[in-house]
Order: sequence, then structure tokens, then C-alpha cells
Amino acid sequence: MDCVSTGGNRVSCMYVTYNSYLVVLAKAIHSLSRIGEELYLEPMEDGLTLRAVNSSRSAFACFMLSPLFFQRYQAPPDQAFHCKMPIKSVQAVFRSLSSLERSVEKCRIQMNSEKSRLTITLHCKHGLLKTHNLSFQDCESLQAVFDKESRGNVLQAQPRLWVDTVLHFPPSLEEVCVSVSGERVWLKNHVEDDADPSRAMMTELCLSSEEFDHFAISSQNSITFCLKELRGLLTFAESSGLPVSMYFDDPGSPVVLSVSDSVLEANFVLATLSEDSHQHSHSNSKAERCKAQPPPDDFMSDDMDSYLIAMETSELAVPSYEPAPHPCSTNHRARLSSTRQEEEEEEEEEELLDRPPSKKFCSLFFGSVLPASTQLTSQTTRSQEVLASDSEDEGEKQ
Amino acid sequence: MKFRAKINDVGCLNHFTRVVNTITKLTKACVLRLTVNNVYFVLSGKVANGGVSMWCELLQVNFFDEYQLEGVSADSNEICLEVAPENLSRALKTAQNAKFVKIKLTKKHCPCLTLAAELPSLSSVSRVVTHDIPVDVIPRRLWHDFKEPSMPDFDVSIYLPPLKTMKSVVDRMKNLSNYLVVEANLSGEMNLKIETDLVSVTTHFKNLGNPPWADDASQGGGQSRPVEAMAHARVDIRKLQQFLNGQQVNPSKAMCNIVDQRIVHLILLQEDVSLQYFIPAVA
Repeated sequence: MDCVSTGGNRVSCMYVTYNSYLVVLAKAIHSLSRIGEELYLEPMEDGLTLRAVNSSRSAFACFMLSPLFFQRYQAPPDQAFHCKMPIKSVQAVFRSLSSLERSVEKCRIQMNSEKSRLTITLHCKHGLLKTHNLSFQDCESLQAVFDKESRGNVLQAQPRLWVDTVLHFPPSLEEVCVSVSGERVWLKNHVEDDADPSRAMMTELCLSSEEFDHFAISSQNSITFCLKELRGLLTFAESSGLPVSMYFDDPGSPVVLSVSDSVLEANFVLATLSEDSHQHSHSNSKAERCKAQPPPDDFMSDDMDSYLIAMETSELAVPSYEPAPHPCSTNHRARLSSTRQEEEEEEEEEELLDRPPSKKFCSLFFGSVLPASTQLTSQTTRSQEVLASDSEDEGEKQ
Repeated sequence: MKFRAKINDVGCLNHFTRVVNTITKLTKACVLRLTVNNVYFVLSGKVANGGVSMWCELLQVNFFDEYQLEGVSADSNEICLEVAPENLSRALKTAQNAKFVKIKLTKKHCPCLTLAAELPSLSSVSRVVTHDIPVDVIPRRLWHDFKEPSMPDFDVSIYLPPLKTMKSVVDRMKNLSNYLVVEANLSGEMNLKIETDLVSVTTHFKNLGNPPWADDASQGGGQSRPVEAMAHARVDIRKLQQFLNGQQVNPSKAMCNIVDQRIVHLILLQEDVSLQYFIPAVA
């Protein structure tokens, strides 16, 4: 597959090797479609990034494909090239995985920023060429702030394990609660407080830490997040056979699920409920938090920090790149947001009872070019709060 | 009040699951009666479910390897619970390859039937999945509603045609009419009929055979009934369809008793489980 970005007069191309990698790309897109309605594309010198976010901004997913993913890759000269388009239109091109596998030999993706057009050309057998022209809109960069390396708890397991555990819960289940302690991991369905507790069936699955490839827990902990978005990642992971890692901290701070190999990395960042009445432990001993061994990260360096303030995302960092210590304003916002969470949750409950399931989830921070204002009174600015806890935060979170 | 049971055998587990799945298709809520020898799923005929009633009886010892019951009192040594069979189905569904399944009556935030299954895992420590199914305990004064139904004074008793065949016939008839007439005689003939302003359709089954009940169980009044005479009852087709849709277990015997213009009584018998379903006739 080629990908050509035209910024100005220059042309940039990326090719995808046929078959296996093309199907991976298609699956990545399907996975992203489970998160949000729009696909955010960002071709850069060091790779192509595909992102999606859900409407309540409580789930974010990001696939980063290195140039090695492609047969030929030409980055746009203009670093600030990012766009978005309805994900359904891209999905339509890659809808039938079996026919992609069978008949497509090569796929070429071309981006023309002047005409705001994305052209996907499928070179099929027998000289058949299928060309799809999709329009996109320019947009701001979409980036959730999170630092998975600083999470106190890391679980890594083969996708089969995750899939098997998720099977015990009905497809309609919204939220799942994951608790860890010592040698065990529990998953149970989370019941909304306002639902009738005497009618709901409770399911709990207990796994031993031995079943995980990697199990590093800093303290007993319990987080609740939306299961539906997790399933999107699991479908991708299962087909790729890559182990899935889960990075998390205390309730309220986002959980990061990721898969990676030498040519791609996927991160799903999901908000967690900040108050969890099913917590197994109440201790928040951050002092004992040990840094988990990060999985080998050989992704290329990323120099997007020119237009993103809180690029704590060390998943894009190469060993040579040191995640810069963040401006204090970020930490300040994190603390601010945590104290206001309870108030806001009450507000939310009163006002937005029909909201999508994540009504109690505070939204993740989405980096904007402007430094976020400190006023957090209105809900519209809520989307600028930082929920990613950083390693220096020792405020008592409740 | 205590109840504790365990299933070790995978075949028994599968069988039990299939029975529960059948009950789930028939009703959203039913009564679970636990006695020393049997487990019953009971639905008593009420206006809410269109007068349909159901009685499913399992011989406990053929399913459970361990079974301990302490009923409400010494002379009423049984437990009656109202439960949603769908929850039970869901809990059993993912436990099909379990090493064992334990069922226990517990009190969590409310009375629950707790199902715990030990599943095979990748490590030396097994995975354990626990389901807490909320139940309502039924007080003794209401138990009379859930007694075993007496055999109706039927006019005709006949063996049913293959359930699959019946199902496909009834499914297609449902598109044409809401009511269906079931009629049968003592010559082994059964008809399923629908009749509307535009069309009437009848499916005839022959040579079905009639079960040999004791002579005084039917033919009221001592008069012997002419073998060709049809007893018939007009029922809501959806009730019949629901019954046929739910069948997951192949019965060794399937029969239908008809009380003329009153009831269609369906009986499915198997070695360790029997299911009776009563559909009242409509005018």
C-alpha cells in the first residue's frame, strides 16, 4: 500500500505490503470504529498514526504504524498535517477482510491536502484497480495525555486469556471492574448504583497471577471501566496474536491497554470510575509504588512535541528520547480535577441521565494547543482536564 | 434453610444446562422447588402468562454428585424460590468445560443462588467464576400454587409427531393466523388447523399412535369414545410456538392430551427429566 500525502508541492507515499499487513490495517480500522465515529489520521515522518475518540471523550484509541509497516513510505514535509474523516467511509473500503486477503495485491493510500482528499487504490488480481476517493477535514491534533510507563500496575497476558475472561460477561454488560491484589486478579461486572441491586446478577471471575505473562502490582487496587471498548482491542489483539498489556493506577486515572510489535503499536486509553465502591482496598500508598518494567519499546522517536503541550506519551519515545518533565500546570490541573470530580459526578448524574454509559467517567484530557484554563466550572471545559496522574502526584485521591 | 449441590460430571452438566435453556425459552420467571429427591421448575397458570402453566421435574440424583438440602422445616423439607431462568442459563453457559460446578443458596445483598465453577486454566491454579443469581424465597403459605398438576380428564391422548416437523409447520402457520386448532383422535390422527377469512390450512398427521393409559384415566362416563372422533382445542399459536422453539432435548416420549375445547396438555418424557406444558383453549 502506498500512502501519499501532498502538502504543497511535495508528494509522500506509503505502501503497505499486501495480504498480512493490509489485513492488519483493516482490522485496526475496524477496531477504531468500535470507539468513535471519526478516524483521525496523522502521517508523519516517523509513521502513520490513526486515532479515534468516543463522543463523551472517555475512550481514546491510537494505532501507530511505523514506516517499516509499509513497503514504501513517504512522509509529508509539513509536520502539522492532520485530518479526520468519518470512519464508516474508510471501513467500507476495507470491509471484507476475506476478499482483501484473497484478491488484493497492493494498496496505495494517497493524501492530497489541497483537495482534502484521501485516495485509496486497491491493486487487485487480474489487473483490477479499485480506487476510492474520500474527503477529509483538517482538524486539530487529537491526543490523549497519558503516561503508561508510570502506572503502578501492569498486567500482560496473551489475548486468549483476556478473551476467555471477557466471555463470562454478557455482551450487554457496560462496565467491568478489575481488581488486583497479591497473587490474584478479579474481574466482575459493575452494577450501576441506581439500578436495583436485588435484581442484578453478579458475576466474578478470579484468575491467578501465574496466568499472566507479566504481573506487577504496586498495591491492591480496583478499577472500573467500559467493557465494550476493551472488546474492540481484544478482537484486534486476538487476530494478531500479540500479548495485551494493561497499565493502571488508582480509580479515576485512565487505564491504558496496549499491544505492540516491531512495526506497530496500539494504545487504548479508557477512563475509569473515580469512585469505586467495590474497591478491595482503600490504601493509596503511592510511596510504595514501583515502576513497572516497561515492555521493550523500539518504536521510533516522535517529534510532535512542537504542538502538543502534554506529550507524556512515552509510548512514542525511543530509548534516546527522554520524556520531558512536564510543565507544572499539568500536574496542577490533575490535582484540581481530582478534587472536583465528586462535584461533577453529582452534576452529571442529575443532568445527564440518558447519557451514554460512561456518564460517570470523567473525560480524558485531550491536548490542545492552548494551555488549559484553570476554570473548571463549566462542563465544556471539562474536556481539558487532565486525569493522567503523574509520578509526582501524592495528593490523596478519594 | 440450606441448599448445597455439586455437579462433577460434564455430561450431567451439559444435560442440566440444556434443561435450563429449555425453561429459559418458555418463561422469564419461574419457581424452583427443591426437595430431597427432585428439582422442579414450575410455572403456575396466571392471566399474566396467558394461563399457560408448566411443570418440569428432574430426578436430582441423576444430575448432581452431591446434594444437601435442609428445607424450611422438618415436616416441610423443601425450598421454594422464584428465579429468572435466564440468569441460570447465563451462568451455566460459560461453565460447560468446568471441572465441577457448585450451586449453593446464599445470602449476599439478597438471597441468591450462587453458582461457582472451577475452570481449567493455563497455570496450576484454576480459574474460578462465581455467579450470584438473585432469588426470592417463596413463603410456605403460597406453596399450594406450585403443587404438581393433576392429570386432566382428557378426551384424547396421542403421541406427537417429530417436534421439528411440528415446529416448522407451526412457524409457517403463525404468519397467517394468531390461533390454531389442535385436534386428534384415538386412531393416531392429528390435525393442526388454521382458519382465517381468506384462507384455511390444515396439516394432517397419521399413524402417530395413542399412548396406552389405564382405561379409567379418560373416556369420561365409561362410554367408549368413537375412535374417529376428534377432540379439539383452539389455542394461541404463539404459546405453542414458544413451546416448540424451546426444545433442546430430544425426548424419548412426546405426547399430547386434549380436553375438548379446554386444554392442550403436552408431555415430554426423558429418562431423568419430564416436562409438562398446559395451554388453555380460547373461544
